Amino acid sequence: MFELLGISPQALYSQLLIGLINGSFYAVLSLGLAIIFGLLNIINFSHGAQYMMGAFLAWIGLTQLPQWLGNPDFAVNYWAALVLVPLIVGVFGVFIERTMLRRLYKLDHLYGLLLTFGIALIIEGVFRDWYGVSGQQYEIPEVFQGVINLGFMYLPKYRAWVVAAALAACFATWFVIERTKLGSYLRAGTENPRLTQAFGVNVPLMIMLTYGYGVALAAFAGVLAAPIFTVSPKMGADLIIVVFAVVVIGGMGSILGSIVTGIGLGLIEGLTKVFYPEASAVVIFVIMAIVLLVRPAGLFGKEQ
Amino acid sequence: MKKKLMITAIAGVLLGLAAGVPAQQAKLSGGLVKIGILTDLSGTYSDLSGQGSVIAARMAIEDFLKQEKNPFKVELVSADHQNKGDVASNKAREWFERDGVDMIGDLVTSSTALAVMPVAKEMNRVTIVNGAASTNITGKACTDLNVHYAYDTYALAIGTGRAVVKQGGDSWFFLTADYAFGHSLEKDTSDVVTAMGGKVLGSVRHPFPGTDFSSFLLKAQASGAKVIGLANAGTDTTNSIKQAAEFGITPKQSLAGLLMFITDVHSLSLKTAGGMYLTEGFYWDLNNETRAWSKRFFDQHKRMPTMVQAGVYSSTMHYLKAVKDAGTDEAKAVVKKMKDTPVNDFFAKNGSIREDGRLLHDFYLLQVKRPAESKGPWDYYHVRQVIPAADAAIPAAKSECPLLKK
Amino acid sequence: MSARPIPWGFVILIGFGLVAPVLGIYPTFLMKCWCFALFACAFNLLLGYTGLLSFGHAAFLSAAAYTTGHAIKVWGLAPELGLLAGTVCAGVLGFVFGSLAIRRSGIYFAMITLALAQMLYFVWGQMSFTGGEDGLQGVPRGVLFGMLDLSDNTNLYYLVFAIFLAGFLLIYRVIHSPFGQVLQAIRENEPRAISLGYDVDRYKLLVFVLSAALSGLAGATKTVVFQLASLTDAHWHMSGEVVLMTLLGGLGTVFGPVVGAFVIIGLQNGLADKVGSWVQVIMGIIFVVCVLAFRRGIIGELGRFLRRPL
Repeated sequence: MFELLGISPQALYSQLLIGLINGSFYAVLSLGLAIIFGLLNIINFSHGAQYMMGAFLAWIGLTQLPQWLGNPDFAVNYWAALVLVPLIVGVFGVFIERTMLRRLYKLDHLYGLLLTFGIALIIEGVFRDWYGVSGQQYEIPEVFQGVINLGFMYLPKYRAWVVAAALAACFATWFVIERTKLGSYLRAGTENPRLTQAFGVNVPLMIMLTYGYGVALAAFAGVLAAPIFTVSPKMGADLIIVVFAVVVIGGMGSILGSIVTGIGLGLIEGLTKVFYPEASAVVIFVIMAIVLLVRPAGLFGKEQ
Repeated sequence: MKKKLMITAIAGVLLGLAAGVPAQQAKLSGGLVKIGILTDLSGTYSDLSGQGSVIAARMAIEDFLKQEKNPFKVELVSADHQNKGDVASNKAREWFERDGVDMIGDLVTSSTALAVMPVAKEMNRVTIVNGAASTNITGKACTDLNVHYAYDTYALAIGTGRAVVKQGGDSWFFLTADYAFGHSLEKDTSDVVTAMGGKVLGSVRHPFPGTDFSSFLLKAQASGAKVIGLANAGTDTTNSIKQAAEFGITPKQSLAGLLMFITDVHSLSLKTAGGMYLTEGFYWDLNNETRAWSKRFFDQHKRMPTMVQAGVYSSTMHYLKAVKDAGTDEAKAVVKKMKDTPVNDFFAKNGSIREDGRLLHDFYLLQVKRPAESKGPWDYYHVRQVIPAADAAIPAAKSECPLLKK
Repeated sequence: MSARPIPWGFVILIGFGLVAPVLGIYPTFLMKCWCFALFACAFNLLLGYTGLLSFGHAAFLSAAAYTTGHAIKVWGLAPELGLLAGTVCAGVLGFVFGSLAIRRSGIYFAMITLALAQMLYFVWGQMSFTGGEDGLQGVPRGVLFGMLDLSDNTNLYYLVFAIFLAGFLLIYRVIHSPFGQVLQAIRENEPRAISLGYDVDRYKLLVFVLSAALSGLAGATKTVVFQLASLTDAHWHMSGEVVLMTLLGGLGTVFGPVVGAFVIIGLQNGLADKVGSWVQVIMGIIFVVCVLAFRRGIIGELGRFLRRPL
């Protein structure tokens, strides 16, 4: 069997697969950021905190809720959480949009960034105070326990499900925006809100729902993440910066760009972990700096 | 709730103290002994030290005053250093210069301990490190006014490394957090493993902090090593353990946590962590004495003590007794007294403080119980072996501390 | 904007700086405040007066902090030379970062600075002289110019205040110079500045280097005060914190960043013991309230009330 730079092909395949799994997380998260930026012109710094909220609410639903209600039947299982949690966090997002973000649309990007940064601090701080920082554990659902033997590696069933679910969510979002009438309104609203409004489309409502949806996507990723990562108030804080970079590399506001870049960077990060693991946290920023200098609008963005 | 409890408790202590009879025989700066607990009240390490350490220190003060019939006034202050060296050194300076604090305790995480020690040395005050793990504290950076009480990376590495090799785990692969602490943990452990005739097959350094450890774990799996050593801490460790189970790596290969606390096991649950080996300097369920003290602690904190929190109690008590015996709170005299007196309590038996400040005491090799073996919450460990004090500290000949080179 | 701020602004500032330690305010706390005030002022020069949002200013603070720490501790340089080394190092780094970043504007500018700062963070973590996450400790305070003993808090305090004041006056002078006027023209309308024949990129680069060097001076001074340099200085949270200070005090005001720095450091110091982990929540709320209700910041609103630019 030939070896590439001292790495056997089996090892390489398995690392690439892991990269794909992480990449699909990046894709879902950066997709949410991208649509929010596309329509609201706001860089949602609280995205990481909303992702964390998703994971935490899933955990609360499964383990805490039955205790509060004193009845084990009230536990919200994984599948219910996958639907309910994004809804709840989405509504929370709508609330934020209505009460705060709405006032900032006419201002510089900077203010949206700062406001959502503040919101992120609040959310994280509150969860930290309630539940400490050691982190909580969420059981992998019964059906997905165990591994699949792929020949070159053992793939945990749950990870396979994560990739499938994440890609499905990405595809559905892409389809709605690029291929449906609703999507065409959205795109029109991004291009020229006034004109779209004049055609009888309720643009403010659309903006509100878009923010809610973007946030719900973050929460969805959070629920997906809960069984594999320790659920802790800090889980979103460092991720947000990486996801940011993904969106910037893909081109701010580009739907397809964020999905493709998310997956691509997951793969690159996976390869870095093979050859120079220490640098795996920084490789994305190196790529971002290079891309921005060569193609300022990002790989898929349009120069304005 | 917790906070309120603490405030009322501290107020209680102060009231109790004010009522005490200050029969002044000892020469005390400011007429009283002031102890500062500088710890992480809000961050990563707040569960293993934090509020619990403050409670432990308060218990020690109360017990001391009761046992010794109020020989002098003792006051307790506490602050959050947010795990930042500059915040810690700033607070320490303020406490020493303005508030007349005589001793600073806990100091979780090495960066804060190493930042405060030189300040204390400059101002001629005592530091007692319980929370931090770096061997530098009693090595290159040692001072004659510091005591490193509960544990260090060397003790943990020796304990776990030696014992696991003895049990047949003779080939190792390390998952190392890429920072000084992780590196030193890895190095200490691999030295032990090779000295015992084991083999180190390789290691991988992951960014700190990390979230996804799967690709590193796959490397460990591919190495075929019997034991995967986790040279990391906190959520990095818990995530590694969780994901190792997910990928079916455990139980085929076994994990050895090189820095784990009972609170980590509590957070992971026995189902995920069961079977692991780790070393601690204290476990609440060792004997009647530890159980009695831990129960009192549990009543106040609603969690069993970690070795750090138990260490804070024991060291605060030892310090106060030394102040009483020395008849002064002047740092040099007190530390000398502390070093001259053996420590004999629930935490350490015949413990003694070496010239470099290291408390020599026994450590315990523990194996995490499987869910079926546990009788209930906090019943987490089998004690597999006692590591004698003499083996658990860096031999004086190898130490980098100038105080040991006479 | 060109009207001179009321002179008693300076009187209050200098007066406060001179008597504060006598009033019983803890000197080390004050010194920290002055260091961050200088940092925020340097940052404000870039954001408030040139309209460039750098999200990587922690890089300069940390570069200077490490250089100064290393120079004094390991090379045994005198404090004045150590401070100089740190400042120069930050300036050079500013030139490198600036040359790359100013090619882009707006949010992309912010992102490039962030990316570069993250890379530097990684480098600091890997290098051995920084002490990794343990930090560089035990930097001696030394004796300034061979005569002023800095281990004395009062001496050190007045040195720190003098450094702050020098930096502050330099920034003030820059803002009100023709150079500063061009910067503000760039902020208001860049294409117009270009069409007027200004080599905008050179102006931007120059102000970037200046801002970086002054941030470096703040970082270097901080190292001398606390006798340590750590990774906290390089983390992106630090870059966020300086934005908060500037915004809270008042973007594009002369005194704003100083007030912002005092308020934030004061809150962090004062609240930490009383409310523990709620500090972060409170900071978040301040952020939100600031953005929603008074975007001009404390000094900006005060200036509007007094109808004078401050």
